[in-house]
Amino acid sequence: MKREDIKVLLMRAPGTNCDLETVRAFRDLGVQADLVHVQKVFRDKNLLDYDILVLPGGFSYGDYVRSGAIQAKEMEYRIGKEMVEFVDTGRPVIGICNGFQVLVETGFLPGFEGRSQYPEAALANSSHGYQNRWIRMKNVGKGNCTMLAHVPEDHVISCPIAHGEGRFILPSDRREKLLQRLYDNDQIVWRYVKADGSFADGEWWDNPNGAFHDIAGICNPEGNVLGLMPHPERAYYGYLMPEWTKAGAPETYGDGRVFFDSIVKYVESKF
Amino acid sequence: MSRIVRSPHPFEHFTIDLLNATDEDLREVAETLGLGLNLDELRYIRDHYLIQERKTTDVELQTFDQTLSEHCSHKTFGGVIHTPEGTVDGLLNTYLRGLIDELEPDWCYSVFEDNAGIVDLTDEVGIAIKVETHNHPSAIEPFGGAATGLGGVIRDVLGVWANPIACTDVLCFGPLDYDYSKLPAGVKHPSYIFSGVVDGIGSYGNSIGIPTVNGATVFHEDYTGNVVVYAGCVGVLRKDQYIRNVKPGDNVLLVGGRTGRDGIHGVTFASAELTEESEEVSRPAVQIANPIEEEKIKRAIKEVSERRLGSGITDIGGGGLSCGVCETANSYGLGVEAHIDRVPLKATDMAPWEIWISESQERMLLAVPPDNLEEVLQIFEDEQVETTVLGQYNSTGEATLYHHGIKIAQLELEALFNPPKIERSTSWKPPTLEEPEIPEPDDLGAVLLKLLAAYNITSKEKVVRRYDQEVKGQTVVKPLQGWKAGPNNGAVLKPLDDSWKGVAISSGINPRYGQIDPYWMAAAAIDEAVRNNVAVGGRRISLLDNFTWGNPEYEDRLGGLVYACRACYDVGKAYGTPFVSGKDSLYNESPLGPVTPTLLITALGIVPDIRKAVTMDLKEAGNFVYLIGETKPELGGSEYYHLHRQLGASVPKLDADRSMAAYRRLTEAMDAGYVRACHDLSEGGLGVSAAEMAFTGDLGMDLELSCVPTSEEMRDDFILFSESCGRLLVEVKPENKDAFETVMTGSTVAKVGEVKEEATLTVRKGGAILVELPLEELIGAWKTPLEVPR
Repeated sequence: MKREDIKVLLMRAPGTNCDLETVRAFRDLGVQADLVHVQKVFRDKNLLDYDILVLPGGFSYGDYVRSGAIQAKEMEYRIGKEMVEFVDTGRPVIGICNGFQVLVETGFLPGFEGRSQYPEAALANSSHGYQNRWIRMKNVGKGNCTMLAHVPEDHVISCPIAHGEGRFILPSDRREKLLQRLYDNDQIVWRYVKADGSFADGEWWDNPNGAFHDIAGICNPEGNVLGLMPHPERAYYGYLMPEWTKAGAPETYGDGRVFFDSIVKYVESKF
Repeated sequence: MSRIVRSPHPFEHFTIDLLNATDEDLREVAETLGLGLNLDELRYIRDHYLIQERKTTDVELQTFDQTLSEHCSHKTFGGVIHTPEGTVDGLLNTYLRGLIDELEPDWCYSVFEDNAGIVDLTDEVGIAIKVETHNHPSAIEPFGGAATGLGGVIRDVLGVWANPIACTDVLCFGPLDYDYSKLPAGVKHPSYIFSGVVDGIGSYGNSIGIPTVNGATVFHEDYTGNVVVYAGCVGVLRKDQYIRNVKPGDNVLLVGGRTGRDGIHGVTFASAELTEESEEVSRPAVQIANPIEEEKIKRAIKEVSERRLGSGITDIGGGGLSCGVCETANSYGLGVEAHIDRVPLKATDMAPWEIWISESQERMLLAVPPDNLEEVLQIFEDEQVETTVLGQYNSTGEATLYHHGIKIAQLELEALFNPPKIERSTSWKPPTLEEPEIPEPDDLGAVLLKLLAAYNITSKEKVVRRYDQEVKGQTVVKPLQGWKAGPNNGAVLKPLDDSWKGVAISSGINPRYGQIDPYWMAAAAIDEAVRNNVAVGGRRISLLDNFTWGNPEYEDRLGGLVYACRACYDVGKAYGTPFVSGKDSLYNESPLGPVTPTLLITALGIVPDIRKAVTMDLKEAGNFVYLIGETKPELGGSEYYHLHRQLGASVPKLDADRSMAAYRRLTEAMDAGYVRACHDLSEGGLGVSAAEMAFTGDLGMDLELSCVPTSEEMRDDFILFSESCGRLLVEVKPENKDAFETVMTGSTVAKVGEVKEEATLTVRKGGAILVELPLEELIGAWKTPLEVPR
């Protein structure tokens, strides 16, 4: 489909707050990006009018109970059917930070057997409390997450994290088994790495929250639902990069662009 | 017979007979109702009702109490003050607002008249800014106090129809290693307050999604009993969105959270000294924060503002509805009728006076013309925000209040807002201080490492990282620079999608100087804020003042305050930097004594093109390092003296004219692209500043002390650690040497060093090496001391 016909739905709940930079990134790529309150989506039930669904970061409903839990339950109750239908059509769903938490809480991720009734993983309290700082993550996917087909293999993106809960964990009694399953399904997409590109190996600082296996982002077995804790949208422009005054060239794009660019290119060619 | 009589109404309501009340009677009434009014004010109210020929009510007296409180009416800054140098009729009008009349800047859109000051960014777009204090609540309940402080200042910016885009925070604590056994009853330990305040600000700012981009964390003994929490907010609005045109018949619309018993008598509490009993007596004065409620309000108000559907707006903060409703009516020359029983409550058994003055958070008051009401209500409903039409504005000049249809108060606004000015006298004598005799150290490197690890210099990364600094994707120069996270001078934001224009935000604060001389303390704070702003590329700078002072009823405290205000006028005039907003917090006294006189200056500058913004990290080996400004033996109040537990007397004295001339030339050099890095010299002087530039840029620096321009022959340690104002380090490419020097002609500037590949900081004098330290050791010392307690 034509780029200018691509429609992105960014759903916001009370407390969503990374919508501005996410909308800006998509619009810069020449697609239509609508920022819509969840209540309106619940009323209109028009999910399928869109080609890409994005759940931006923030603190939906204050993250009371558990991060993303309230928004997840509300969505499940009000538009659960439409959500499943949207995912089944193969269209991309992206959850960033709080959006990732919502996707885990709704059972779409990791989604070993399709959508699960209960969360199969958790994005738990981070080892060092809330932090906002820059990290590096490597694209370790082997092609299953098709929307990232235009991000080169092993490509490293620098971008910020900003969360107090985002430590990806699996049930401890089945952890290794489930990890193997994630690998078998090619579901692990982003892992935290050190400055030299090697994996953080659980070491704090490069792995900012104690995430199991340095996991920063995963997709579902079908590859069209993607969640990640870091914020590529905050690294979209050159002047947002941490050392742009040294590197010069603030007009150029930052590390995060390739992420959004790939998603748009994928939809452009696939649908 | 008691003068206070319960009304026959089916709810709690009292009438009070003030006719012929003696001073003793008045005091008794005030005490019974928990009022903070002083005797002069009580007499004024008594006489007002004598002319009115009627009894008053609890609701009316509570309204007077709120409105006349120091917190709401700023009577010290508005009062008549007799000083040894003559009488000052209003500190605010004479020194701060007076500067505007003097400078006549054509880019100030609205100053000192609304919730926040507004200056031009472009012809169409304005920037709103406000900084508040929330000291007393933070001393009692650090988390809630700090969180609601931030919530309040964000509402101030919403209260001029602006969309908040950034926050600032400056926090002042007692030493974290304070001896527990020395803490008086009722004073909480600095480390407890520290963790609560830091978390409180983080939890609010992060949840509402506004980045915290600038601030400082300062430690001083005097803050042990008087924690100081400054929270600021910057917003953006199209100037034609700034609508203030309330007409009779417009609706009084209350939006946001429900009203509860949290925050009763907050302003009375804030206008009194802290005592051992504050915890118990004043706990209800601290409000409870709900950032998500404010996030929703923010979205709705942005929409109402963009569609220009309201005719007026204000936040409900100190004094609750009583101030919000009466102030709006008064400022438009109107009257108002309001129905208290319509207010949605958290606790249904609240008395009308409690509802009327409760300071429950996350509430705003809008004036909405009848034709737009439906549309406005729909906008708030879409954001899931509760709304209540309390009543209507009218042209009576009175506030008439009803509860379940029964009139419970009728306030003449003229009398409410025009109490007699207070009159006070001052005295302030310079303290007897001496210059300490400090032996010249053998190892300057060891001293430098100690200074880098001093609490007031050490990395505040563990605080800053608790705050989202870049949500919204507009933070171009962040508080911490690069991967090494060095301390940037100020923040630069890019508020508009379609323009490279930016704003620079910076601050200045020097608590220790205030103990030597409040005038020079204030001058240094202004200079530091302005210099930091210039250092990132800011210009056309406007200032905000935030005084934190002791009880102004003491002549010495007030005397010092007057001198500080004079410095604001003098330096502001010399710099061409008007004050556009401000707020004072007085009565900061605890069982440990008064707070050290503290003035926070926040500077807001314009950056014409953010692509030319400058950061403080060294960029490239081989470049030259210049020092702008003259170094003098001014170490009074310095970090260096403090290392030796000395205060000293030689406080830095700003040469405002020379400094500003140098800043203007530096700005010109930046625009021409000659400046690769720039860092101000403040706590710890040249040595600390050079080290910070080097380890942040991961490049070494050679520094030659004999090249440093000094006012007289000086010791090496004094050259390296003096805190003289007006100085900056600048990195320039060799090929721009001549051009840079030409632009700077007329100012004190000297090439003092070079950037090198080798990762060390080397300080020489003549042939001798005074300091030679690896960057790793320097940054290690700088990052070590401050652990956030978990």
